[in-house]
Amino acid sequence: MKKFERLISAIVPLNIENIDTDQIIPARFLKATTREGFGENLFRDWRYNGDNTPKPDFVLNDPTYNGQILVAGKNFGCGSSREHAAWAIQDAGFDVVISSFFADIFKGNALNNGLLPIQVSDDFLSAIYTAVSKNHKAQLDVDLENQTVTIKDTGEKADFEINAYKKSCLINGYDDIDFILNQKHLIEEFEQAK
Amino acid sequence: MSKTLVEKIWDAHVVKSEPGFPDILYIDTHLIHEVTSPQAFDGLRKRGLPVFRPQQTVATADHNVPTIDQLLPIKEELSRYQVDMLTKNCAEFGIELYGLGHPFQGIVHVIGPELGITLPGKTMVCGDSHTSTHGAFGAIAFGIGTSQVEQVFATQCLLQQKPKTMKIEVNGTLGKGVSAKDIILYIISKISAAGGTGYFIEYAGSAIEALSMEARMTICNMSIEMGARGGLIAPDQTTFDYVKGREFAPAGAEWDKALSYWKTLYSDADAKFDSVLTFKAEDIAPMITYGTNPGMGMGIQENIPSTTSQPDKEQLSYQKALDYMGFEDDSSLIGKPVDYVFIGSCTNSRIEDLREVAEFVKGKQKAENVTVWIVPGSKQVEQQAKNEGLDRIFEQAGFQLREPGCSACLGMNEDKIPAGKYCVSTSNRNFEGRQGPDARTLLVSPLTAAAAAVTGRITDVREMLTEA
Repeated sequence: MKKFERLISAIVPLNIENIDTDQIIPARFLKATTREGFGENLFRDWRYNGDNTPKPDFVLNDPTYNGQILVAGKNFGCGSSREHAAWAIQDAGFDVVISSFFADIFKGNALNNGLLPIQVSDDFLSAIYTAVSKNHKAQLDVDLENQTVTIKDTGEKADFEINAYKKSCLINGYDDIDFILNQKHLIEEFEQAK
Repeated sequence: MSKTLVEKIWDAHVVKSEPGFPDILYIDTHLIHEVTSPQAFDGLRKRGLPVFRPQQTVATADHNVPTIDQLLPIKEELSRYQVDMLTKNCAEFGIELYGLGHPFQGIVHVIGPELGITLPGKTMVCGDSHTSTHGAFGAIAFGIGTSQVEQVFATQCLLQQKPKTMKIEVNGTLGKGVSAKDIILYIISKISAAGGTGYFIEYAGSAIEALSMEARMTICNMSIEMGARGGLIAPDQTTFDYVKGREFAPAGAEWDKALSYWKTLYSDADAKFDSVLTFKAEDIAPMITYGTNPGMGMGIQENIPSTTSQPDKEQLSYQKALDYMGFEDDSSLIGKPVDYVFIGSCTNSRIEDLREVAEFVKGKQKAENVTVWIVPGSKQVEQQAKNEGLDRIFEQAGFQLREPGCSACLGMNEDKIPAGKYCVSTSNRNFEGRQGPDARTLLVSPLTAAAAAVTGRITDVREMLTEA
């Protein structure tokens, strides 16, 4: 897994609530058998018309916005457990997703792939949108070590929560399987005792 | 110390619990299908690992499969490739596969229970969010992502934070024409599509206890639609009667041993839940969704809530949803013409659902303007429907009884709803494009779907029941 420590970047604002994984990556694009290439179809039906021409008013088609941080409304990633949603977001060049609320499975999937989901308050989310409406290139400073996110233009700063174990996985670039495999003897003991 | 049911099952499966780390949770059964497994098998190959406990893993093909001419090669190249990959991977790693043509094939969440693989007290996972279905038996069952599928392959365990617990009680007696699907759509409409996030939900109360196993599965299935990790119901005599005698259920002395353990699986009277909600069965009408998430539902006689009644920050998204559906604020859906009726999916494709629909449509005809697809959840359900003569009832009504699979629940196989068309559906999700690009989905119970099939319009099924 890729290591994550700190990111300073502009954002792509997607101010919509309840964005489900069927929007992030529609089911008909889940047929690949590798993890790569899903970025092309990220938000497919919002991004393209039926004849594959880009919809000019969708933010991902607007060259004004090109950061590595996706900012979206409440309850992001609800619906299916498809990890392809996290892969698609990463494959499209994002390293961080910010929302005021994440669906559980999506959050887990993101963390397992080194994509950092950051939950902030509704007010801080609004502050990000305000900053971006004033300056399209407004940047955020995401500091995982100190668990803070700062709007560079205004200096407004928010703390965010992350499980200590998951934080160390991200910073060190290792995953759950490495962790559990080191304790395989305990699993065998557990099975014996059952 | 008193414990909730979730805590009892959880604690019995913790391999290691250490402060500051998630628990290592032992998984009894891992269900897999073709969509979320290939990258996990690939991961094992890269790490040079076998599947740690292949005999605790069961595979089926369901998402990509066609529901007509199922034994011919799958037309769509990528779908065929994904199903072929599953076959190859299962052979290479020693996993039992109920693939196309096998008498046990079907939707992963339908076959687990009917084969007696799903049992009280188990921990079960699958790379599919509707794994919560299996909680109906008093099991901890939840959906996982592909990295976690790989984790379970490699270790038969998962790193998991112990979830918070919520109790949802539904007491009283359901009205005529109101079923389990209406209960769960009602609850989601009350607490929203995010109202259960972070929780494991235990459903209880007299209205839940009175439900059949099929109906309980419908309730637990949709727990994920309010964001919950899973849902479960304490096992009781209804559960034991359902499980007994099934293909892989314990038998003889093993049965007695299992039964005595299962009888300890309930929340202690003074167990503490992190949240408790109570609903009355009498308040629940046949439900229908009008929007693009399952929380946007209402009693079928109600009007669509106005945009201005929504919180300020949510109005934009709310209006976007109504625009997608082609619906207006404050309007009724009653009498609105529909194009498709889909009865199927892991929510409502079990034999009881098909029986209920057949009983209602017996001697009736579908309306000319609708296409009706009935898709059984498994080969066994399909066979049972034929044995009981339900196929002839459906045929006479002009309904198509198709072969088992996920079908029009998710627009991944050949069964898609065309753009702009309205589909009254017993499936679990009404997300934009879920049943095909620009398709419009209205979630309902099988009975309400059957009423729409017969009238060609959105209909309050209760009015048709009174006439009969």
